[in-house]
Amino acid sequence: MDAQAALGRLQDISSQLRSAVIFERGGKVLGSTLAEEERAEQVATEAAALLAEAESRRREEGSGEFAQLEVALRGGSVFVVSHGELLIAATTPPEPTVGLVFYDLKSCLRELEAAEPKRKPRAAERQKPAARKPAASEKKTDAKP
Amino acid sequence: MRSRNLLTGVFLGAGSVVGTLLFRRRLARRRERVDIYRGDGSMVSLATPEEAEPLLRRARRILELAA
Repeated sequence: MDAQAALGRLQDISSQLRSAVIFERGGKVLGSTLAEEERAEQVATEAAALLAEAESRRREEGSGEFAQLEVALRGGSVFVVSHGELLIAATTPPEPTVGLVFYDLKSCLRELEAAEPKRKPRAAERQKPAARKPAASEKKTDAKP
Repeated sequence: MRSRNLLTGVFLGAGSVVGTLLFRRRLARRRERVDIYRGDGSMVSLATPEEAEPLLRRARRILELAA
């Protein structure tokens, strides 16, 4: 599945969505529901700047990694969701069902990442669980000889 | 007759209070704001103009571009 197919599926399941752009952290646009490519690139640039502002604010407050944001405006809402190196920016009409929109956007990015496993996760998401000990070392030592 | 007037007054008063509460709640929901979520599920809401305005400006631009 490519980004365009993921967006098509997203539009099918999310009736609240007006538009969406999938892009990478560097700003490269992978897919968009907008008709003009130039506009999609501008949306990605603005969304990346929005993300940078939000991340700097979170750093000022000494808290953890950014996951997602919603900007509620009178004319509609703007959502930015990150998943590893992938990002999605989306717009909805005013007063959307926020939880549902976040869920749909995150699912879209997860599906896309699952379809492209070669994409590397970010450092914070790269932490592996503790290695399992070999079976031999799990044997109880109090066993009778 | 008197008890009926009293009942009408009570209903009107209660209706006004409920109406005001709903109106205020709706106004609060319509306020422009920025909600930032982090990985652990915590959220911070920026609602004061000085902290939210730079992000609101960018979001308005995105809405314009995506329209």
